[in-house]
Amino acid sequence: MDFGNILLGAVNEFFTPTTAAYALAALGLAVHFGYTGLLNFGQAGFMAIGAYGFAIPTLSFNAPLPVALLIAMLASVAFAVLLGLPTLRLRADYLAIVTIAAAEIIRYVVTTNGLTEVTGSANGLAAFEGGFYSLNPFAPGQYNLGPFSLNERDLWIRVVAWTVVALACLVIWLLVRSPWGRVVKGIREDENAVRSLGKNVYAYKMQALIIGGMLGSLAGIIFTLPRGAVQPANYGTELTFFLYTALLLGGMSTVLGPVIGAMIFWAVLSLTQGLLYGAIESGAITFLNTTQAGQLRYILVGVALMLLMIFRPQGVLGNKKELSFA
Amino acid sequence: MGRISALARYMGMLAAVVGVFAGLLLAAPAVHATTAPPPASESTAPESSTEATAQDSEDSGGDETSNGAEYQDRISGVLRNAGAPVAGVTIKASGNGYEAETETAENGSWSIGVPEQGAYEVELDESTLPEGVALAEGQQNPRTVTFAGTSNITTLFLLGEGIVLQGDTFGTKLIERAVAGLSFGLLLALSAVGLSLIFGTTGLTNFAHGEMVTFGAVLAFGFSALGLPLWLALVLAVVGGAGLGYVQDAGLWRPLRRRGTGLVPMMIVSIGLALALRYTILFFFGGATQQLPDSQSPMLELGPVSISRNNLVSLVVSLVVILIVAALLLRTRIGKATRAVADNPPLAAASGIDVDRVIRIVWMAGGALAALGGILWAYYRPGVSFNMGQQILLLIFASVTLGGLGTVFGALIGSIIVGLFVEISTLWLEADLKYVGALLIMILVLLVRPQGILGRRERIG
Repeated sequence: MDFGNILLGAVNEFFTPTTAAYALAALGLAVHFGYTGLLNFGQAGFMAIGAYGFAIPTLSFNAPLPVALLIAMLASVAFAVLLGLPTLRLRADYLAIVTIAAAEIIRYVVTTNGLTEVTGSANGLAAFEGGFYSLNPFAPGQYNLGPFSLNERDLWIRVVAWTVVALACLVIWLLVRSPWGRVVKGIREDENAVRSLGKNVYAYKMQALIIGGMLGSLAGIIFTLPRGAVQPANYGTELTFFLYTALLLGGMSTVLGPVIGAMIFWAVLSLTQGLLYGAIESGAITFLNTTQAGQLRYILVGVALMLLMIFRPQGVLGNKKELSFA
Repeated sequence: MGRISALARYMGMLAAVVGVFAGLLLAAPAVHATTAPPPASESTAPESSTEATAQDSEDSGGDETSNGAEYQDRISGVLRNAGAPVAGVTIKASGNGYEAETETAENGSWSIGVPEQGAYEVELDESTLPEGVALAEGQQNPRTVTFAGTSNITTLFLLGEGIVLQGDTFGTKLIERAVAGLSFGLLLALSAVGLSLIFGTTGLTNFAHGEMVTFGAVLAFGFSALGLPLWLALVLAVVGGAGLGYVQDAGLWRPLRRRGTGLVPMMIVSIGLALALRYTILFFFGGATQQLPDSQSPMLELGPVSISRNNLVSLVVSLVVILIVAALLLRTRIGKATRAVADNPPLAAASGIDVDRVIRIVWMAGGALAALGGILWAYYRPGVSFNMGQQILLLIFASVTLGGLGTVFGALIGSIIVGLFVEISTLWLEADLKYVGALLIMILVLLVRPQGILGRRERIG
């Protein structure tokens, strides 16, 4: 077993575009759940909207990158408004059920064969990332960053992804410090108290839903770009639950928590995979095969989510006083 | 201290359950071949990759071709001529850059595994049909089949002269879909009633309910693979479901209630539990779809309606069970106590009702009902797989929300509406969109009547 490589693999997970996408989507959830108290279980749907909203215009009418991006964001806003209209006046668990159902509706619709021309059904869409990589300022070649060697495409997507994450963190940090942020936190603590101060609770909730949803859709685009493909199977309900695990790991009412949570989530997954596979190959573990080792990691994710919620709901960074529930 | 001892006890119970479960499933594969319909040919090594098998089928025909036994998504069917199974007929599937073929087994069944869901072209090689047997008129060959959210699709090639598909007129089709929908709705109701009872008495929206459904079907498969008679396997599976409900409540939910954990954190804990249970089942059961005994059943003609025997049995069983649950709730002391707790737990406690005992019984009943629902769902799909419960979890939620969260009879009505809607919508919608309609209806009803059909206004706060 090569512990050096296993450790390096885990460290590498800190900086992958997928981790950035998880961080961004979890940041969106932090706005929804951590700051406003909205239980959005449909973040996977927002990510799918972003990915398809970006890929379909690019492939169907050759839309240039900014236009495709704009369409994806507008689709995301429209989805948030549609979701919010019936549910934001209702109790938290209704919002949870409706958002999870809406995300699944999106997944069923992009999977259906009737729309194969547009969405590629179960196979999804590919080859829409050309516009993004044609903007690449890095010359072709290998770039060595410490122990990691990246080609120019890898480097470009990483730089863009983490710049977006940093900007999003800055914007959200400024937002939650602003008067808007104070009202939203007030809604989380006691909706009726805020309402009695004359604030339009419904409008604030809707704004929070839209902002977090747009972050989710951006994350969806970043998630698909390095893969060069968008497939509906990636946007199931489990994606949302993994995002919640990352969010709770880091701390849900913090700006940096979701980012750190996503990093820990992927590094731990990579570390356990490396260790288990290494132990199986070297014969130290004989009662597992590599497929089962992969499944074992997801059992651990589930158990970790339960234990976190029970024993440390504020996460690594959070402050126990700032929980949307006592 | 209490928290730690509760956790230790929970872990102990979990370990015991997992142990029993593991033993059962480890024993299962040995006897599995005798109970499940055997795959037609065993010629391929399970490790071979997609590309390798695709090459195989180009290089040589016949017995070296893959039947895709290693994949969990399957296309299958049964070939019968005048009620008698037809063996040794070659059937090919191709699509998405993949190709596989198989022969029908002694009992006429065939099954081809495919690497991913999508559209496949299925062709029956007519030259391999026995002498004097031909495809019935109007039977497409080759035909395209498409996965619709489940990991198993069935396509039937009808043989013989003059056989036409039943229900050509719209009216007959509508009645047949309605009967199938009623059967589906009632099996949903079994799980939905349990979920609704749990919500009503504890306020918990239990996302792990889908895994309780899967657990029942997997247990039934495990017990029957051990060689137990089917009725005993099913009874034990339902008892096992009640056991899972008991262990969950005693080991996890009761300690959490004692700590005063809020409802939203409990909901997230149930998501963690769902993930852990789902992957634990995958770990021991594997990703393949397995069939319960007698999963292929003859079609029965009842007047204008033709319905498969299993669907009919499922319909009757769920109806009877639901009527029993309703009678228990309305007529017995414990039923009255349950309704009292659902209405107002502190008041119920003050009038001398042991709230914890009621909740424990509700969890056991919910577990047993979910297990029974899982067994019936395994016959309806057909097949047992690790994510079968997850597939209907949202439909169960939709039923409960439609009827009114926490109301038992609302859950029943909601389930029947969802079941009917899912099946009848296939008359117009593509089959792979059939769940979309039910979910949309739920959202629309929330717009007009957020408390659900039978819910009371104050429940939504």
